[in-house]
Amino acid sequence: MSKIDYKKIAAQPEFEALLRKRNRFILPISIFFIIATLIFPVLTGYTDLLTNEAFGNISWAWIYAFLLFIMVWTLVTIYMKRAKEFDKEADEIIRKYREGEYE
Amino acid sequence: MNLTVIIMFLVFVGATLVITYFASKRTQSTSDFYTAGGGLTGWQNGLAISGDYLSAASFLGIAGAIALWGFDGFFYSVGYLTAYLVVLYIVAEPLRNLGKYTVADMIAARFELKKVRAFAALSSITIVIFYMLAQLVGAGALIQLLFDIPYSISVILVGIMMTIYVLFGGMTATSWVQMVKAVLLMIGTLIISFLVLLNFNFNIFAMFGEMKNITAPELEGSFLNPGAQGNSPLNNISLIVALLFGTAGLPHILMRFFTVKDAKTARSSVMWATWIIGIFYILTVFLGFGAAALLTREEIIAANPAGNMAAPLLAERLGGDFLMSFVAAVAFATILAVVAGLVLSGASAFAHDIYGQVIKKGKMTDREQMLAARTAALSVSVLSIILAIFAQDQNVAFLVSLAFCVAASANLPVIVYTIFWKRFNTQGAITGIITGLVVSLALVILSPNVMDPTGSAFIAMEPIFPLDNPALISVPAGFIGAFLGTFLGKAESHDKYREVKVKSVTGISTSDVSH
Repeated sequence: MSKIDYKKIAAQPEFEALLRKRNRFILPISIFFIIATLIFPVLTGYTDLLTNEAFGNISWAWIYAFLLFIMVWTLVTIYMKRAKEFDKEADEIIRKYREGEYE
Repeated sequence: MNLTVIIMFLVFVGATLVITYFASKRTQSTSDFYTAGGGLTGWQNGLAISGDYLSAASFLGIAGAIALWGFDGFFYSVGYLTAYLVVLYIVAEPLRNLGKYTVADMIAARFELKKVRAFAALSSITIVIFYMLAQLVGAGALIQLLFDIPYSISVILVGIMMTIYVLFGGMTATSWVQMVKAVLLMIGTLIISFLVLLNFNFNIFAMFGEMKNITAPELEGSFLNPGAQGNSPLNNISLIVALLFGTAGLPHILMRFFTVKDAKTARSSVMWATWIIGIFYILTVFLGFGAAALLTREEIIAANPAGNMAAPLLAERLGGDFLMSFVAAVAFATILAVVAGLVLSGASAFAHDIYGQVIKKGKMTDREQMLAARTAALSVSVLSIILAIFAQDQNVAFLVSLAFCVAASANLPVIVYTIFWKRFNTQGAITGIITGLVVSLALVILSPNVMDPTGSAFIAMEPIFPLDNPALISVPAGFIGAFLGTFLGKAESHDKYREVKVKSVTGISTSDVSH
């Protein structure tokens, strides 16, 4: 088994671009869902905003909770889509490295 | 005690033993034992993650909490689910790309010092023990109630069953038991939910309308709105912090990412798990509301003060002995599968990290490793059975939330920094783990869980720290501890970080480049 030259891969512009793209995708969304989740107990604990009824007997608190479920499923689907693109680029980097294009 | 329940239980136990028998024939190497040979597909592992996650606390606990406290019970479902976004977006793929058997493997991918590994293993073991105790105490109560046998004997019975799964079948058997159990749990929950909806003529608004009328002297607010349980807002926020960040640090959940072949499959297993777990948590509304509508509050509390028997009682009301036995057997299988998974992750921390890497310095034959792993599994089993017998009166939810809190405070900060922070170093990793562990444990000792003026806890005095769950303080403490430790330690070469980056982003391994 050959040893991998991580330094060489890390120095490739393609790798740096992929890394930046990944972080630019992951970071804002992570901050968003963390805030969306944490703001929920804050709203229910310190305000009455969510106690009013939205539809029939169902209050906004239930709607908020339900929206968080939708948020999870949506963000999972978005991640799966984007990650496939990242996979392609990563495979391309591995292929180029393996075929010695980074010499 | 009736015949249907006994027969149903024996069928379940028999079926899982058959699974273990076939799995044991396939469990030959250490890798089979720890990670089922890394051969599970995305949906299989997703199902197994769901099986691992939907423990007694979810099925029995949340259904009961919603039945008694309405919205406040459902609140926790939300935290448990969104936690998977942290797992998917931040932890799952780098973990799969960097680790082999345990969380410590991943941290050790960047820091070779044995000390880091030992501390990472220590925090994993602490988490596993708290989690384990909660499950075993819950199992003891369930079996005691259903079969009318003493608590200690119930715990020992469950303990023996789980030990058989783990010792003979390893991760392969445990995974399959979890998958079968997850399917049965979903079927049971769907049947009950359907029957509850039928009862309301499939009119959800009518169902909520009926819930509006629920009143009880101890309800501090309306049943349909947050706050009925009278918890302080800070307490709720702290709990959500623990749930949201804790899941991504739970050793038995993270260990499941090593049972698949690559990061892609790890990712798709989180996707499957999120759908299954999410649907289940939506259905907990029907379980809880159904119990609140069709049973009396007194009935639910009489069977168990925390409401843990609401789901089985509701099943009995809706579908008689047969459905009740099915639900009870599923609950039993649930606990069994979860404790088996926990034993495995505890055993791997002992055998692989502490014994294998720190004491034996990685120089072991596969045979020795297997022996060490099985011995560790047996020790973890025996120790937790003994502890569970003494922990009979502990609140199950408290023990679980404590496990989440330690996971969020001691494990997650170090995992996140290992992946994302260039300057992070050995000193930072060690300081982070110790800070998270010590702060969370210390604050729990000073909290109302341990100190209570009415004498219902261990020490009869006013609690020094007001929150039940210290995550709001201990999680930031873990992050700050690791941060400060990093600056106190000396800067390390960035070569290792580059390697971590390249591996975690591309998933490159020696097999990709060997010719």
